[in-house]
Amino acid sequence: MFADAMTFIETATRRPPRELTTGTAVPFEVLTEVAPTRGQGSALSIRGLVKTFDQEPVIKGLDLDIPAGQFVAVVGKSGCGKSTLLRLILGLETPTSGSIEGVGATGGTARFIFQEPRLLPWATVADNVAVGLGRSGSRTSRRKAALKALSEVGLDGRGDAWPAVLSGGQRQRVALARALVSHPRLLALDEPLGALDALTRISMQGLVERVWQDQGFTAILVTHDVSEAIALADRVLLIDNGRIALDLAVDLPRPRRRGTPAFAALEKTVLDTLFGFEGGEAI
Amino acid sequence: MKRLGPLAGWILPAAILVIWEFLSRIGFIPENVLPAPSAVAAAFWRVLVSGELAQNISVSFWRASMGFLIGGSIGFLFGLANGLSRFSETLTDTTLQMVRNVPHLALIPLVILWFGIDESAKLFLVALGVFFPIYINTLHGIRTVDPQLVEMGRTYGMNNWDLFRRVILPGALPSIFVGLRFGLGIMWLTLIVAETISASSGIGYMAMQAREFMMTDVVVLSIIIYALLGKLADAVARLLERYTLAWNPAFQSR
Repeated sequence: MFADAMTFIETATRRPPRELTTGTAVPFEVLTEVAPTRGQGSALSIRGLVKTFDQEPVIKGLDLDIPAGQFVAVVGKSGCGKSTLLRLILGLETPTSGSIEGVGATGGTARFIFQEPRLLPWATVADNVAVGLGRSGSRTSRRKAALKALSEVGLDGRGDAWPAVLSGGQRQRVALARALVSHPRLLALDEPLGALDALTRISMQGLVERVWQDQGFTAILVTHDVSEAIALADRVLLIDNGRIALDLAVDLPRPRRRGTPAFAALEKTVLDTLFGFEGGEAI
Repeated sequence: MKRLGPLAGWILPAAILVIWEFLSRIGFIPENVLPAPSAVAAAFWRVLVSGELAQNISVSFWRASMGFLIGGSIGFLFGLANGLSRFSETLTDTTLQMVRNVPHLALIPLVILWFGIDESAKLFLVALGVFFPIYINTLHGIRTVDPQLVEMGRTYGMNNWDLFRRVILPGALPSIFVGLRFGLGIMWLTLIVAETISASSGIGYMAMQAREFMMTDVVVLSIIIYALLGKLADAVARLLERYTLAWNPAFQSR
């Protein structure tokens, strides 16, 4: 009877992630030694990607190359398929056709940050972060790494707190620590700051940029906030109707300041494409 | 509002006792209808000294806990299996739902025919009564575990066992405790009925014996003991709940 146990849970929550995110975890000791060095992001190569749900195409033949360590922001109207693209890359969905190479080939780990923190309410903050390490290493070494990751996101000394007592921004920081504690080569962020208030958002954006610069993973950020995309990303992809409508390099020096003319010009380019305006017409 | 002390819950029962004693003393309540609390206390002392009370309480307690353990663990296992596996649910849930709708106390005549009036009859009834609340609440608890957390667990590489241990079981625990407390209530109820109808020992038997000799004080004493045992079981469940659900804001600092 127990042979098929969990099948319900499995089918109810989509497919299990691709092997690369689970089975190939590098032993913890190795991770801590190699971790601080930069530039170990994984490169990604997508060819002819198609995904249909119930005959309804969501991704319609998409080609994309992401060099290692690049910060890519994916923007688009809701329902354009940007979240689906992210889930496909992480192996949370299987492509209808086409291929995604890179994450698995390099044997790196990929981590996903959801829109909600998705912390286990019955585990302490440190234990929640330790979820990111799976079973690698001993209990004490996992706890040590978790506390270190927590201090990196500015949550020193909150390791033994319950998630219920944290604020929304703090919870999302814990989720960030959980994703980063295993030093992933690819970090996928699905509108992770969408539920936060404006001020917390800006400080979180700074935090995401800083850890990305420190750790050098490849980052793919799905967002509906164009200015957030331009503030953080090396490259902004605009997805429209299941295809890439705009592939824009953002060549501004970091840390970026909103409101500069160059920033505003890029923002306008993206918004104009998003709403279908031709070159000269302004909003 | 001012915070009430931990003993505040006992103010009302104590007041009722005082009024009751008073009404008995002035003869408003006749002795053969309802004895005074002091008479009940005297009866308590009598059966305590004779050893009758300890004997009967331990028999009843043993029946209750064994029946609860048997029915509760079977219910828990079925709840787990049916919560986790569609196959198991399809196979057994219809049957279980049909059996559930039969009031288990209606089976008493049949149970007496099967088991006579010895221990197994009581254990069977208690186990059957306890089974369903635990089964249904375990099943419900597992079904209502946040699917987002399950998905998180999967993306973070948890295998089925880790997922069960770290996400599904703790998520289902509040609901399982609801089942536990329902089950404890049904446990006493079933035992009282079973012991009153057919038994040669236990609190219920003590009460029925006393009725034969018109000893109302012992009858009332038995009822009070049932109430106290029920309260004790509930307190234990609460303690467990507070200990295991410390993370839940609803159970903190109460």
